[in-house]
Amino acid sequence: MARKISYQQAINEALAQEMRRDESVFIIGEDVAGGAGAPGEDDAWGGVLGVTKGLYHQFPGRVLDAPLSELGYVGAAVGAATQGLRPVCELMFVDFAGCCLDQILNQAAKFRYMFGGKAVTPLVMRTMYGAGLRAAAQHSQMLTSLWTHIPGLKVVCPSSPYDAKGLLIQAIRDNDPVIFCEHKLLYSLQGEVPEEVYSVPFGEANYLRDGDDVTLVTYGRMVHVALEAANNLARQGIDCEVLDLRTTSPLDEDSILESVEKTGRLVVIDEANPRCSVATDISALVAQKAFAALKGPIEMVTAPHTPVPFSDALEDLYIPDAAKVEAAVRKVIDAKRSAA
Amino acid sequence: MSQIHTLTMPKWGLSMTEGRVDTWLKQEGDPISKGDEVLDVETDKISSSVEAPFSGVLRRVVAKPDETLPVGALLAVVVEGEADEAAIEAVVQRFQAEFVAEGNADQAQGPAPQKAEVAGQLLRWFELGEGGTPLVLVHGFGGDLNNWLFNHPALAAERRVIALDLPGHGESAKALQRGDLGELAETVLALLDHLGITKAHLAGHSMGGAVCLNIARMAPQRVASLSLIASVGLGEHINGQYLQGFVAAANRNALKPHMVQLFADPALVTRQMLEDMLKFKRLEGVDGALRQLASGLAEGDTQRHDLRHVLAQQPALVIWGGKDAIIPASHAEGLDVEVLLVPEAGHMVQMEAAEAVNRSMLAFLRSA
Repeated sequence: MARKISYQQAINEALAQEMRRDESVFIIGEDVAGGAGAPGEDDAWGGVLGVTKGLYHQFPGRVLDAPLSELGYVGAAVGAATQGLRPVCELMFVDFAGCCLDQILNQAAKFRYMFGGKAVTPLVMRTMYGAGLRAAAQHSQMLTSLWTHIPGLKVVCPSSPYDAKGLLIQAIRDNDPVIFCEHKLLYSLQGEVPEEVYSVPFGEANYLRDGDDVTLVTYGRMVHVALEAANNLARQGIDCEVLDLRTTSPLDEDSILESVEKTGRLVVIDEANPRCSVATDISALVAQKAFAALKGPIEMVTAPHTPVPFSDALEDLYIPDAAKVEAAVRKVIDAKRSAA
Repeated sequence: MSQIHTLTMPKWGLSMTEGRVDTWLKQEGDPISKGDEVLDVETDKISSSVEAPFSGVLRRVVAKPDETLPVGALLAVVVEGEADEAAIEAVVQRFQAEFVAEGNADQAQGPAPQKAEVAGQLLRWFELGEGGTPLVLVHGFGGDLNNWLFNHPALAAERRVIALDLPGHGESAKALQRGDLGELAETVLALLDHLGITKAHLAGHSMGGAVCLNIARMAPQRVASLSLIASVGLGEHINGQYLQGFVAAANRNALKPHMVQLFADPALVTRQMLEDMLKFKRLEGVDGALRQLASGLAEGDTQRHDLRHVLAQQPALVIWGGKDAIIPASHAEGLDVEVLLVPEAGHMVQMEAAEAVNRSMLAFLRSA
């Protein structure tokens, strides 16, 4: 039986194993060493939540603390990637993306295309996202849609410790820039993770539950919300198929369409804001390519079109939960009944 | 003279903590013989039937269909001879009052697989039972020691039984040198040395059967008997498309059509079984190891090695499922050894017809 470790330990292990395998892999970011190695400090921070803890001493000179300038160190990482290194830079909160967007959007994402394939940018940007930590509007966003919109980027959003390790190893070995999104509420999640090295391919959704009645498509932390709803609904005789996208770019269109063609009903669950989002994208895909299979309207369960509230009560209302997913599932089932 | 038996939720494999009651195959009042399938149980890994370990009349069905119960929980009461309802009720009451679920697998006490460097490479094996001439269980291509989960405990009732993960498989090291049957046989012999076993009964499934035959060829003095289940090496044919397709499949949709060929009942290939197989195939080194082994086993639909000449040296038992879609059951014909043919089972006959296989092997090993 595989041992159980946390999502956070799984990420740390993937980094360590890839750094051991490939000397060109290095880490750069704010507080990723976090005072480690300074006089009197042994291994202080290892990132704001300790994800890179212990790596500074294992890999001397390869875990670099950067000044508080996202533009500077993300730019340095992009440059290093074009010169044969494999940087894993850490954007502490995805909310800080604005400070380095040019480096990602206009540089890293474009090089391979603009230089006709003669340049590669094997960059990973790890970043923490998501609401639920009472961290208010500037430290709680989910910007997956923003990254997914940009051609030239790959966007990864693991939901489990197993996927976190395998997808991060895949990301580090990939020759394109990868945005690797980690939900802050998943870091303590425990799961079975092989000690051995493995990689999980991009663009391959994970079927977490088989069902004939409704397809639930989701990714990241919302996978757990969808599974909770599916378990509750199963007790009422409604069988949901739960698909975890794992990566929003590339997107596993085939699995989504195949499942909807079986169930005829789709509910998309997305923690991000709803406009121009992964949820709307998948809804459009299914409406275009599987319309004939649909037995009723598509439902989306998302955050509202507002910033993340600081009030505990409002933040709890803001984040999609199992009750909202169950209500949406009942709605698409009832839509079928009234149409029949 | 009557006896009131309690039928409880079995434990299949190390990680099973609970099972869901699917269907009762026997009803209250039905007579039951030891070995009869009484109900179907589903776990997150696998579905199978629970067989009665005793004979009698099914007097009380306690677990309802769709109920999920921990390992060891009361499923039914079977009575040998006479017993009134009050006595049965008392047994049920006392069982339920005293029953404590063993908790989750993390805390569960009990035997666990071991890992060690053997002849320079990491090996995992799992030992159950003690005494007698030990029995070693060798899984097939792409398998691991869990392929024996329905057999290992039953066989271990009468002797020390060791199931291992071959190199390139399970949690053993993935890198192979030559990647041929001889290398796998040498590894099993090295494990015997490591465990201080001079002579053992060998049982192998599919490619594992050919590994056992190779050991018998290389070191006949160390082999007490051979139990060969749907074995490679006993004839010409093998489903080459299965081998190639299984090796190439990188996702669930590609893998499923190949995995269902392993069983007579395709419903046994669950979502979790596919996911577990994909997890194995994603481990670094597995793809290379499987490709090496597959090319050494067959060319197209033809097996490369005929090992039938090895059979005469030790007592041997050959077991086949009549619906084997990987290696035809006709390979069991014309062999001068004891043969068990299970007409309704597929290639994974030791899982699909565990009780029949276990009974046959136990009887064979007692006499061998």
